Amino acid sequence: METVWDVLTDFTVRNALLGALLLGTLSGVLGTFAVLREQSLLGDALSHAALPGICIGFLVAGSRQLWPLALGALVVGAAAAWCVLLLTRHSRLKSDASVGVVLSTFFAGGTVLLTYIQNQQLPGQAGLDSFLFGQAAAMLPSDLWAMGAVAAVGIGLVLVFWKEFKLVTFDPGFARSLGWPVRLLEGVLTSMIALAVVIGLQMVGVVLMVALIIAPAAAARQWTQRLETMVLLAALFGAASGAAGTLVSLVRPGLATGPLIVLCATGIAALSLLLAPRRGVVWRAVQRRRTRAEVESGRVLVDLLQLARAHGDENYASAQGMINAVYGADAQATLVRLEKEGLVRPVAPEHGTGRHWHLTPAGQEAARRLLEGRRDGREE
Amino acid sequence: MTVHSEPVQAPWDRAGAGSSVDVEHEPSLALHIEDLTVSYEYRPVLWDIDLDIPPGVLGAVVGPNGAGKSTLIKAILGMVPVAAGHIYVFGRPHHRQLSRIGYVPQRTSVDWDFPTTALDVVMMGLYGKLGWIRRPGKAERQKALEALEHVGMAPYAHRQISQLSGGQQQRVFLARALVQDADLYLMDEPMAGVDATTERHIIGLLKELRSRGKTVLVVHHDLQTVSQYFDWLVLLNVRIIAQGPMHEVYTLDNLRHTYGGQIRLLQGLAGALATDGDGEAKPGDGRSAGDGGAAALGR
Ligand SMILES: Nc1ncnc2c1ncn2[C@@H]1O[C@H](COP(=O)(O)OP(=O)(O)OP(=O)(O)O)[C@@H](O)[C@H]1O
Ligand SMILES: [Mg+2]
Repeated sequence: METVWDVLTDFTVRNALLGALLLGTLSGVLGTFAVLREQSLLGDALSHAALPGICIGFLVAGSRQLWPLALGALVVGAAAAWCVLLLTRHSRLKSDASVGVVLSTFFAGGTVLLTYIQNQQLPGQAGLDSFLFGQAAAMLPSDLWAMGAVAAVGIGLVLVFWKEFKLVTFDPGFARSLGWPVRLLEGVLTSMIALAVVIGLQMVGVVLMVALIIAPAAAARQWTQRLETMVLLAALFGAASGAAGTLVSLVRPGLATGPLIVLCATGIAALSLLLAPRRGVVWRAVQRRRTRAEVESGRVLVDLLQLARAHGDENYASAQGMINAVYGADAQATLVRLEKEGLVRPVAPEHGTGRHWHLTPAGQEAARRLLEGRRDGREE
Repeated sequence: MTVHSEPVQAPWDRAGAGSSVDVEHEPSLALHIEDLTVSYEYRPVLWDIDLDIPPGVLGAVVGPNGAGKSTLIKAILGMVPVAAGHIYVFGRPHHRQLSRIGYVPQRTSVDWDFPTTALDVVMMGLYGKLGWIRRPGKAERQKALEALEHVGMAPYAHRQISQLSGGQQQRVFLARALVQDADLYLMDEPMAGVDATTERHIIGLLKELRSRGKTVLVVHHDLQTVSQYFDWLVLLNVRIIAQGPMHEVYTLDNLRHTYGGQIRLLQGLAGALATDGDGEAKPGDGRSAGDGGAAALGR
């Protein structure tokens, strides 16, 4: 088996790797806008509809050149997007249902065409099926140039028209009120996403290409509150996924590249959804627990104060049994935490069994404040 | 071949196409609308609207849900295609005057989970003046900070916008309109879902705009407060039902025409209304105090 180093020094391999880096970066940048504009489904329709386009491009051109295939993919993809619009407008289907119908129809058509071409034994058709799941090794040097050109244009446009794209994504209505050509700007963004999908087909395949657009951006959204950072992170995640997936598929020939790249990207997304501060599932669960614990501590303090007042003695110690009766098994942990904070103190029982607790002066103060806050809250 | 001196019409200037001849028309009015009709998918939402708003008024647009209030504002801003009619702002076709109009959209029209800060949103109000490609710099930042200060939101400048309350988000939108430094302000329910304190604050800001000579037109939902906050009233329900100074237009009869079947909502207002002599509005109606809440037509 070749080592990673042998693979890296190979010329075609470096091409593929560079292509993957470019594609990942571009997908991340444009994906950010696709995710924020809630256009994920449209991207999915576009990439699935590309399959019949690729087959038609091949049949017309008679060879596996990138440009005819890409052109076919773009034209048929646009037709699919148009069908989605028509269906949504003129039928009672909701837009997600329209996308689903159009996507599967075009994909089914593409699959029929693909199997037809394969059974015809046409010259040069070998490897056409790699468009289903992507094959980095099949990439030609000329493909790299195409990727470079599209990436340069796409990223360049985003840099130059940064503030325009930002406002159109956040508040298209306000952008219109400024007299901006919002349709044009939105159209440019959508076309760039379509182009990114098309140039990624060789490497990632029609089935999974949309995941490379969505996953890095979704992951990036978790870590930041700024659009600038989100775009940078998404580009980074996309490039890393592209490079990692391509490397693995080159070291172990026979593994399709697309699924490997997408697994990397969705892996990053899954980790981000779980672990990111503020928005992550884990962080939010911890936060919820902490809030609940705080609320319960507060209630225990207030209860202790009211019990003490009922006995006319600020330093009255209540039996833990009474607190357990209200809060169950949790009471023990809450009391220990309050003791650590110096708000309650345990005392040995004068008679009977079980521990008793009374408020420290700091605890009395805290409980009094809580009680007042509660009363104010009710008055409002 | 003759060369026409027609100005080149940008493709997105659809609303005003045809009216590009630059003659002044009713320049003494802040807003002058003639025979405006707007329809969505062949259903007219605004029908044959004639509307005049003199400069320096603080006006309210009032009407039931679906009356076309938001659509009217969008039409003035060139955001929806106009089926027929003309709109003039300070005497010129509206699409030439967009830089003189400030806009506060309905708060729910955007996704507040967008990754950006309050300050950043306010700076968007300056994007129009900046022109294409140029980025906001120090001066823009300063202006935006001052506007945030003005609406009492300075401490929240760097907060992510999803972490603001509804009333705070509304004030951010207001600040964004303030930095636009417009002459005519169009606001779509700027007081929807805010508490009493914020509402007082906002109405204070609007009155201040008026005192600086600005013209302000506000979509408002609360019939209880409309006569107390505003000095001009436009009653709209697909057609214009009535328009003019508040004390002339704010009558039970007009409101009944505007709200049609929802007349019961209006009964509580009887005491507050100018009576129009048909005996239905009893000034001493004992229910007026207790029924007050029902007249607030918020959704
Ligand atoms: N984009 C659209 N496409 C089709 N119909 C629309 C569209 N926007 C609004 N409408 C319809 O036009 C009518 C007027 O809508 P508009 O939003 O102007 O009402 P409104 O007076 O602002 O109501 P609300 O008080 O609920 O805000 C409604 O019946 C609405 O359903
Ligand atoms: Mg509205």
